[in-house]
Amino acid sequence: MTDLIDPTTEAALAGLREPAPPGLAHRTLVAVGLADDFAVIDSPVGPLRVAWNGRGVSEVAGATDDATFQARFHARTGRVARRVDALPADLARKIERRLAGDRHNRIDLDLRGSTAFEQAVWMKALEIPRGEVRPYGWIAAEIGRPKAVRAVGTALGHNPVPLIVPCHRVVRSDGMIGQYSLGGPENKRTILTEEGADPDELESLARAGVRFFGSDTTHIYCMPTCRDARRVTERHLVHFPSSRAAAAAGYRPCLHCRPAGASAVA
Amino acid sequence: MGMMDERSPADVQLATRLATDLDGSFEDLVLAHQDRLFTIALRTGGDRHDAEELVQDAFVRAYRALGAWPPARIRELRLRGWLTTILLNAGRNRARVKRVPTAELVFDPGAEPAADPLARRDERETWARLLAGLSPAQRTAVVLRHVDGMSYAEIAAAVGRPEGTVKAHVHRGLAALRTALLASEGPPEGLRAEEIPA
Repeated sequence: MTDLIDPTTEAALAGLREPAPPGLAHRTLVAVGLADDFAVIDSPVGPLRVAWNGRGVSEVAGATDDATFQARFHARTGRVARRVDALPADLARKIERRLAGDRHNRIDLDLRGSTAFEQAVWMKALEIPRGEVRPYGWIAAEIGRPKAVRAVGTALGHNPVPLIVPCHRVVRSDGMIGQYSLGGPENKRTILTEEGADPDELESLARAGVRFFGSDTTHIYCMPTCRDARRVTERHLVHFPSSRAAAAAGYRPCLHCRPAGASAVA
Repeated sequence: MGMMDERSPADVQLATRLATDLDGSFEDLVLAHQDRLFTIALRTGGDRHDAEELVQDAFVRAYRALGAWPPARIRELRLRGWLTTILLNAGRNRARVKRVPTAELVFDPGAEPAADPLARRDERETWARLLAGLSPAQRTAVVLRHVDGMSYAEIAAAVGRPEGTVKAHVHRGLAALRTALLASEGPPEGLRAEEIPA
């Protein structure tokens, strides 16, 4: 099939081919979630590298450099992360609001490669309000795996998006603050303090064997950081070493912090 | 002729890989087709920015479709025509939303290749402008046939029109280009009325 076209026109039209701009392929792969962009944001624990793609935020990492971040990211996800100047404006706003304690603005997360158990643990951690903490055992009980306390700890250590999923609000079952994947325990204390919790006070309560607070007027017992517990005046505050002791004293568990499962397995 | 498989060996192989490992081979699909899709978007549409967005949009639609289809269907895909259809549909949707009258489209002459003399850049600009003056149907047909190099059968399938209609669009489009080129160059030297000897 040939056309009636003179060679000059044919050559001129063929000469209008144009290579795609550099970066188009990468942006396309980011849009479908087969590559990622990352940028640096500020936080109470210093600069953080945040990676994202069209499916959601894929990683948050602390003190490191671009090359190390990229190498680790590639090893974990198999994808290439490219440094860009800034987060997309709407994502930056959402993360800022999330770090300020707003749990109700939705941030899409790309958690491919994780197990259903890990995701259940992380989604449960998202329910812990700013300024409050829960022990590993509480998460285990809440997701219906009361004996999987150690596995909960491991899953939280693998949280790829710390701060956005607030694994820093989950503490050891003995009440001590415990480890933190984003730069160690000091960062965990810094963030909790920033959020209005008092790590030193929590640990001294734990050392004294106190796990729950009760109110002798309502006969309800709570996790010590529960917003309901903090409303109880000194005069009416009762300490309990276990949920069994609280139940034996005729107290029922708070409906907000649901403390019953927290001490199921130490 | 319509039954002939016009797929290039590279596209046949790519379709097979997409059918078995979409995430592992999608980048190769993008790299293999981004230049031609960008060219089609730029030469039928408008400025470079819009063309870039359109190509990205088309690839995202392609990825979603591939993710939802059974492997047997993906293996049989004629990637060149299929991606072209997605691009043209995405462009139509976008034009409808933006309501840009095609006559007002500003055509980008394209980046100048490094070794190109100025004259060549001017020439590309001229041809890009001439293309912009065609009706959308003629412009699309001419770009797919003579800029991208698709066959009439492929174009007919891609735009969903009979082959005869596509041929007519190309022929009329080329004729209109010739007329417009002559008009833009002005009357040829030596043919001005006052210089024609009595």
